Amino acid sequence: MTYVIIGNGVSSIGAIEGIRRHDQKGKIVVIGAEDAAAYGRPLISYLLAGKIGADRLALRGDDYYTKNGVDLKLGTTVTKVDAAKKTVETDKGETIAYDKLLVATGGIPFVPPIPGVQGADIYSFTTLAHANTLIDLSKSIKRAIVIGGGLIGLKAAESLFDRGVAVTIVELAPRILSAGFDEKAGKLAANRLKNVGIEVNCGVTAKEIQRDKNGRVKGVLLTDGRFLESDVVVVAIGVVPHSAIAKEAGIKVERGIIVDAKLMTSAKDVYAAGDVAQAIDQLSGEHRVVPIWPNAYNQGYGAGRNMAGAKLPYAGGLPMNSISFYGLPTISVGVVNPPEGDTTYEVHALLNEEKETYRKLVFRDGRLVGYVLVGDIDKAGMYTAFIKFEMQLDGKAKDKLINAGPEVFLWPAELFDEKWNPEMSKAAR
Amino acid sequence: MKRVYPNKDFCIGCHICELACLTAHSKSKDLILAYTVERNEEGLSSCKHVHEGGPTCVALSCRHCDEPSCVAACISGALQKDPESGRTIYDREKCVGCWSCLMACPFGAIARHPLENKIVKCDLCHDRPGGPACVAACPNMALKQEERS
Ligand SMILES: Cc1cc2nc3c(=O)[nH]c(=O)nc-3n(C[C@H](O)[C@H](O)[C@H](O)COP(=O)(O)OP(=O)(O)OC[C@H]3O[C@@H](n4cnc5c(N)ncnc54)[C@H](O)[C@@H]3O)c2cc1C
Ligand code: SF4
Ligand code: SF4
Repeated sequence: MTYVIIGNGVSSIGAIEGIRRHDQKGKIVVIGAEDAAAYGRPLISYLLAGKIGADRLALRGDDYYTKNGVDLKLGTTVTKVDAAKKTVETDKGETIAYDKLLVATGGIPFVPPIPGVQGADIYSFTTLAHANTLIDLSKSIKRAIVIGGGLIGLKAAESLFDRGVAVTIVELAPRILSAGFDEKAGKLAANRLKNVGIEVNCGVTAKEIQRDKNGRVKGVLLTDGRFLESDVVVVAIGVVPHSAIAKEAGIKVERGIIVDAKLMTSAKDVYAAGDVAQAIDQLSGEHRVVPIWPNAYNQGYGAGRNMAGAKLPYAGGLPMNSISFYGLPTISVGVVNPPEGDTTYEVHALLNEEKETYRKLVFRDGRLVGYVLVGDIDKAGMYTAFIKFEMQLDGKAKDKLINAGPEVFLWPAELFDEKWNPEMSKAAR
Repeated sequence: MKRVYPNKDFCIGCHICELACLTAHSKSKDLILAYTVERNEEGLSSCKHVHEGGPTCVALSCRHCDEPSCVAACISGALQKDPESGRTIYDREKCVGCWSCLMACPFGAIARHPLENKIVKCDLCHDRPGGPACVAACPNMALKQEERS
């Protein structure tokens, strides 16, 4: 049995661990375009900020690939997948045959067609190479504009600022982190950034990136008519699935590569996982691209197990994000912005501006389906339990959850025993 | 693997397991010093927490899950599954304090360190000769370490 994995990010690590759960012998080949062994992609912001050194980036130990019997081909790009012949071709001229293939190619930065966006002084922030480029650059530039107030944009802004660069964030939506936050949480976070000296502009975007006669960036003209001077522009709007090789192989792709309950694509023995995949979402049951780290690992792991013959369905992803703003921790999980006017949802929000704390709980049909915590995050996991295990709450339990917070005694007794004291539940039956 | 299983029918909420955990993870290995000095000065804290719901109590800590949500969520590789022992292991040096694991673990088994950007999580007292200190200390056999599948 030969397993081939395209991409060497966290879904690939998940896949190696999933495969090895069931098959200690099969050959695993990992082909990664980047030069480094799998690293914590989110850590590039810690690196750029100067909080950690390059020696702390690797996700697993030095002997990880050898120990797991992985043939690792770094700095190598797969140029073609032939799902009929069951081979992949690389830019090094190799043709590699597979029995099971995983496409874990991640995302690529989305760059919108803003006039002036092509050319010098425009940067992305999604790879170690990008971080190293920005570290060098930060020594010579004074001002940067970051387009995008989502996770990646905010992280880029914060870490460039920590390198002594004056930073302005430009975000089209009315608040930062519009996907995972509501207005109140967005405001608390934005205030933290503003207080340290990062400029945050919401509800506007770049109309044109203006350049001097040498083609160098002068600044950005905003949709509200203002012109902001800048030496460079970091475009950090998000990532789009890196699905080209799958598409060219005739594999079904919508927004991302479509996968079934076992994470297999429309081509037999070809699986997909991570930022490139459009996989099932636990709460909605819909197939969605949710480019977050835990989903990438879990999908890789699930795909790996099924590639090794486990026949286990993937439980579905749950949107979740934990991000801190200069010491202000925030967490958001599940559905946090229910569709406006949809009365099947019930929202309980509690804001304390002075203490910089916020808690929002979203219920639907007697279940917790989402929450936001700002400041006081210590009980996050206990809230997550109610969403993940889809616990049905009667009125009293719901009131307790709202008024006293999550508590393990609100769990149904059978669930408690199953998770905490498994043999007991069998005996009780 | 041998895990620690809590029994809420036996737990009397005495918190002795928490103190045993504190002592086992202290430098001094002395209960009084651990509680009065190390807890205040170094933020030493217990991995075990007694939960109370009316008359019922139970002492919980990391379950060392077979397929842990915390490992999937950890962006730095600080949390990993040890294939040999089955434990969910934590490398403090690698941790960046992002709280992703704290959010992802549905068992509330991860706490923030009170003073540093690090987490506190049960390590099953892996280098303690007598096994987990909490199990040894419980006066009412409400914590058991055993092999169940
Ligand atoms: C700055 C930043 C901060 C982030 N912070 C968080 C966070 O705090 N929490 C969170 O949940 N998520 C975060 N994310 C998102 C998270 O990093 C991704 O969801 C995750 O890395 C996806 O993993 P993946 O394995 O699917 O893809 P990737 O990590 O993108 O890895 C895919 C790999 O495949 C390689 N590849 C692509 N095509 C080919 C090919 N044809 N041949 C060979 N190799 C190829 C790529 O070079 C890449 O190395 C962050 C992302 C960034 C950029
Ligand atoms: S921290 Fe939580 S998710 Fe991780 S192994 Fe322990 S109980 Fe399981
Ligand atoms: S807080 Fe530390 S251990 Fe937890 S997910 Fe972040 S880096 Fe990993």
